[in-house]
Amino acid sequence: MIKLYDYELSGNCFKLRLLMAILGVKYEPVAVDFYPGLEHKSPWFLQLNPLGQLPVIDDDGYILRDAQAILIYLASKYDPSAKWYPTGSPNLLGEVCQWMAFADAITSTASAARLHDGLFYDFDIEACRTGAHRLFRILDEHLWFGEDQGNDWLCSGSHPTVADLACFPYVVLSEEGGISRQDYPAIRRWTDRVKRIPGFRVMPGIFPAGPGPKTT
Amino acid sequence: MQNQNEKDPIIENLWHALGALKEIDAGQVNKTQLLGQPLCYGKDANDVAFVWPASERHKTHTPVNFEALNRCLPVQVRYGYVWTCLGTPSEEIFDIPEYVEPDRRNLNAASMGVHVSAPRAIENFLDMGHFPYVHTDILGVEPHTEVKDYDVTVSADACEILATRCLFYQPMASQASAGGADVEYVYRVPHPYCSILYKSSPLDAARQDVICIFIQPLDQEHIRAHMLLSVLDVDNPDISIRAFQQTIFGQDKPILENQFPKRLPLDPRVETPIRADKSAITYRRWLRQKGITYGVIPAAA
Ligand SMILES: [Fe+2]
Repeated sequence: MIKLYDYELSGNCFKLRLLMAILGVKYEPVAVDFYPGLEHKSPWFLQLNPLGQLPVIDDDGYILRDAQAILIYLASKYDPSAKWYPTGSPNLLGEVCQWMAFADAITSTASAARLHDGLFYDFDIEACRTGAHRLFRILDEHLWFGEDQGNDWLCSGSHPTVADLACFPYVVLSEEGGISRQDYPAIRRWTDRVKRIPGFRVMPGIFPAGPGPKTT
Repeated sequence: MQNQNEKDPIIENLWHALGALKEIDAGQVNKTQLLGQPLCYGKDANDVAFVWPASERHKTHTPVNFEALNRCLPVQVRYGYVWTCLGTPSEEIFDIPEYVEPDRRNLNAASMGVHVSAPRAIENFLDMGHFPYVHTDILGVEPHTEVKDYDVTVSADACEILATRCLFYQPMASQASAGGADVEYVYRVPHPYCSILYKSSPLDAARQDVICIFIQPLDQEHIRAHMLLSVLDVDNPDISIRAFQQTIFGQDKPILENQFPKRLPLDPRVETPIRADKSAITYRRWLRQKGITYGVIPAAA
């Protein structure tokens, strides 16, 4: 069975739990004392991932680090429909990779702000927040124009992809870093759609979708 | 320095926890804030703790010579945390007799930053009504939403609030639970910003697990919540006991941060807690009678 080296409050761990829940993949979580124990910097963990970062998976001896890379691996291996990681379409696949990189930028801004405010990481908080707002503005516009074309998801096509799951957690947790999403209505509608994907699950800080489908 | 308008002499003369002693790297500078005042703290190789006013020359995680500090604040280490006081300590740190029982596991579940006032965080800690909705399938579950009647008293010397006979059905009361059970809670509030919760132990019906929340007010609307666990669990590793409490607190965090106003209104006419929440009403009245002004919206005179 897949082992997931996991920390409950991590958005990057959550996105893997989310994809596995959606795909119905069974896994065994191995809790890592990220805070306050800093176990991801301990010798045993550094052997697993010299970067000292969560998450890591061990799929029958195959060890992989990096949340976005693991999403790609899991979707490629466990989604026979090939919709979550659409290798059949060059254009769509290009878009997926583009938004996966965008997810990393969200991690280094919005997630960093949350670590600063919640767990006292020594980051430049104003730079983190300004950076996150710049990304959210781009994301909101992209989603808004997409909706106009009938697109519900980050990439073109009628089905969500790993790119949606990669970007979702730290967008929806942004208020914990003092980043309001009030000015991003298209982002709010998109996060609501993600929450309605069959198999969706929550983590602390993320609530289930409200009752009834929202129309606007 | 604090804005003069923000001074609360009662709060200023109380002890406040800054961080878990175990988590401090010896010989280094750590930075934090208390009541709006930037502070440094650290410990030497013998676990002796120091707290002093922050200055430009002390940078986070750089070495410091504690003997060369010219002005230090009062310090105590209690319950595994470093405590300090900005003014003149007016009373001892409250007693938690269970802490020293030899078979207890004592650990800091986490120290977490929340954008809320200290009294709002204490009031949330005292509230059982939110369990089924916020801690669904753990501390509560529908349809078991009723908060049965319980007793709240203020001690004769007005030092402490005590809420007893708080019964609630919990699907998974702690990491050591095997299943759902009616759990009995007792709450103490011995300090305006600290509370102690006793809940029936799943392992020993005659004893209780103890969960304490020590709120460090960074300023009027930002806190650091230190969570001490003193539990009877013998089987679960620290990591899972900790993770359980962090999950609970992670669920409370957005609820706390969405409270409006962030400071707790003390005027009884301003906001009536929706449920007949006796402990919240008592807590607000107690803060009012003590004359607390920090982190609250005082009642109009
Ligand atoms: Fe709660």
